[in-house]
Amino acid sequence: MSPNKSFSLSNTSIGTMKALILVGGYGTRLRPLTLNVPKPLVEFGNKPIMLHQVEALVEAGVETVVLAVSYMSDILEKEMNQHAKRLGIKIVFSQEDEPLGTAGPIALAKKHLSDEKCDKPFFVLNSDVISDYPFSKLLEFHKGHGKEGTICVAKVEEPSKYGVVVYEGDTGRIHRFVEKPQEFVSNKINAGMYIFNPSIFKRMKPEPMSIEREVFPYMAEESELYCMELKDFWMDIGQPKDFLKGMCMYLTSLKKKSPEKLYKESNGVTIVGNVLVDETARIGKNCKIGPNVVLGPNVVIEDGVRIKRSTVMREATIKSHSWLESCIIGWESTVGQWARVENVTVLGQDVNVKDEIYLNGVRILPHKSISTSVPEPQIIM
Amino acid sequence: MKLKAVILVGGPQKGTRFRPLSLDTPKPLFPIAGFPLVHHHIEACSKIPEISEILLIGFFQPTDAIKRFLKRERQAHNKPISYLQEYTMLGTAGCIYHFRDVIMNGEPDAFFLMFSDVFCEYPLKQMMKFKEKFMPYVMMTVEVPKDQSQHYGCAGINPTTHEVVHYIEKPDSFVSRDINAGVYLLSTEIFQNISSLFQRRLRPSVSVEEDLFKLAEQGSSIGASRISLENDLLPIMAATGKLFAYQSSNFWLNIKSAGSALYANRAILESYKTTHPERLGGLSNYRGNVFVHPTAEIDPTAVIGPDVTIGAGVIIGRGVRVKNAMVLDGAILKDHCCILHSIIGWHCVVGEWSRVEGTPTEINPNAPHATTDNFYLFDDAGRLRPSITTLGRDVTLPPEIHIRNSIVMPHKDLSRGFKNQILM
Repeated sequence: MSPNKSFSLSNTSIGTMKALILVGGYGTRLRPLTLNVPKPLVEFGNKPIMLHQVEALVEAGVETVVLAVSYMSDILEKEMNQHAKRLGIKIVFSQEDEPLGTAGPIALAKKHLSDEKCDKPFFVLNSDVISDYPFSKLLEFHKGHGKEGTICVAKVEEPSKYGVVVYEGDTGRIHRFVEKPQEFVSNKINAGMYIFNPSIFKRMKPEPMSIEREVFPYMAEESELYCMELKDFWMDIGQPKDFLKGMCMYLTSLKKKSPEKLYKESNGVTIVGNVLVDETARIGKNCKIGPNVVLGPNVVIEDGVRIKRSTVMREATIKSHSWLESCIIGWESTVGQWARVENVTVLGQDVNVKDEIYLNGVRILPHKSISTSVPEPQIIM
Repeated sequence: MKLKAVILVGGPQKGTRFRPLSLDTPKPLFPIAGFPLVHHHIEACSKIPEISEILLIGFFQPTDAIKRFLKRERQAHNKPISYLQEYTMLGTAGCIYHFRDVIMNGEPDAFFLMFSDVFCEYPLKQMMKFKEKFMPYVMMTVEVPKDQSQHYGCAGINPTTHEVVHYIEKPDSFVSRDINAGVYLLSTEIFQNISSLFQRRLRPSVSVEEDLFKLAEQGSSIGASRISLENDLLPIMAATGKLFAYQSSNFWLNIKSAGSALYANRAILESYKTTHPERLGGLSNYRGNVFVHPTAEIDPTAVIGPDVTIGAGVIIGRGVRVKNAMVLDGAILKDHCCILHSIIGWHCVVGEWSRVEGTPTEINPNAPHATTDNFYLFDDAGRLRPSITTLGRDVTLPPEIHIRNSIVMPHKDLSRGFKNQILM
């Protein structure tokens, strides 16, 4: 694909694919991070979440991406337009005036996703899902059975948290869905990644509609809905503890596919397991980093620091002799010397944690200064 | 005036709230600010030329540690110091009565009587002066907040005559904020008082039932042979015009628990600024008052203090942080660990990046002589009260764990972190 492709050419090409990403609202579950940054732009593995998705779609042949949002963010618009230019694709915003649920936004975006000229299938995905995005395989499988829709399913440890899918193992034909089952039914859940034929629009209206309750069950009855099991990793990273879990999976996948991207041991620094470090980050002496650590641009890690299973965002500083496990340190924050931070503690932007502080499962809102330990999970405003 | 000094040091069955630190070291030998607890009492006595001899009475076996300690103290202060071992529990008055011959040897006029777990400025000279006017028995008192007074012996004091007109040990209801501070200057007449009390107990008399009833009421010692100064003698002496209170408003602390020991550590280190400035370390990586034994090895990147005592042979690695803590002899603190508000026992090992922290016991600065002590480990809801963390002798902590507000028994190997626990 040529990155210099002109903007206006993209939507007249024959055979281009389209995709819809359900961005939704304010990303409240990922607060305090989403108080300053729209959720799609929060960096996951040093790249905005949305960019992981868009780049994977582009690789599978998508040249138009529709973002279904419930509020317009200038920041999001500006940044996505930059990426659109770079990738040579078209990005369109479809804004809902009232909450339209999980199916309504798709219907609302109809004019962007299909027209008389183009009746190819289109992708739909949830903005919170992280995966190896096997979109090409999904397209192939979908064409193979020739029915109206294919959804991806993922195998999870705790299926009752999600909607469970019951299907025929060899064909992938879906029988039914069960929301939050009371007893064990299946461990495969709706992964929030779909491909549909435009004929699906007859099943939806741009009104508040739930795709799981008002669309899929009918499609399943008519044997028009199939599923493809995701073989590699999958995670809904909409909340901090899942964000960290997803981070571990992503790094494991990187190790398999592009091990050169991971950080290698260098003088004075001990690296354990998979660690992703931006080239502008600096790590001091006698540090022990990893497993499962992501360090963003211009991050400073001082001497003698131990970090495990954590993400440190751009421009944050971790001072000497601290110990971090399972935490997300927000942009430009500082963690003092000899601090101990653990148990899915999340620091918002520009939080300053003083020396010798202990933080256990704390969410700290942006621009706060912390000078006493918080030994029990809490939210600090 | 010819004087002697008697220091009651207790025994293994006493001072149990000081466990696990007192499980294998007699509490009077526990180091505070680098020196054994009772050294500070002996040092105060050695400054008084009128004191011809110092006697320690207790029921510890005279172990090598005790013998070595006494030898060092004798040499340091050039005064005769002896340890007298009680074989049966005789009570605080019973035991001095038992050793009255030793005490009266050399015909002193009076003697100081002190308790080894009382920590204060030992106003010995001032009490001597006070006794010239008020005699024969002087008891030092301090003032504590009302809600704490009932844990001690309460004295009702006449403000003009300084006479103790009423005395009751650990009353059920509030009596007085002035409490027995555990330092006395007693004329040797006291042995006669004890003797008559003893006789009354043994001799069958018409009033014996009345006496026994009174004893039972006062909740004093079981058995006729135990005579307690506080429970049996002082209440009788009060209002006889013989017992006077020397009221002190200076620093005073009762060391019952590890928390109060750490607080005393802080106070003594502060006092070294004037009394022994050479004992305070002054390296660039020290903050505030720090006492470091000359045989300790501390990496220059470690940051030590304020209010820290480091014992003999301690090894402290790179980037270690120690604040408001005591690290006893032979302990090893590995790289990057963090020790806050804790006592690390002899020969403990703390792994890399581990964090050992307690909750510092703070004294209300507005209340005079408020004590640091929580008298019971658990509150009414059955929760362990937050206090400083104590690691007993030879406890090993692996790297990267967190120990908070916990007490760990000696010789334990932990495999993970704990908080608010007593680990046996």
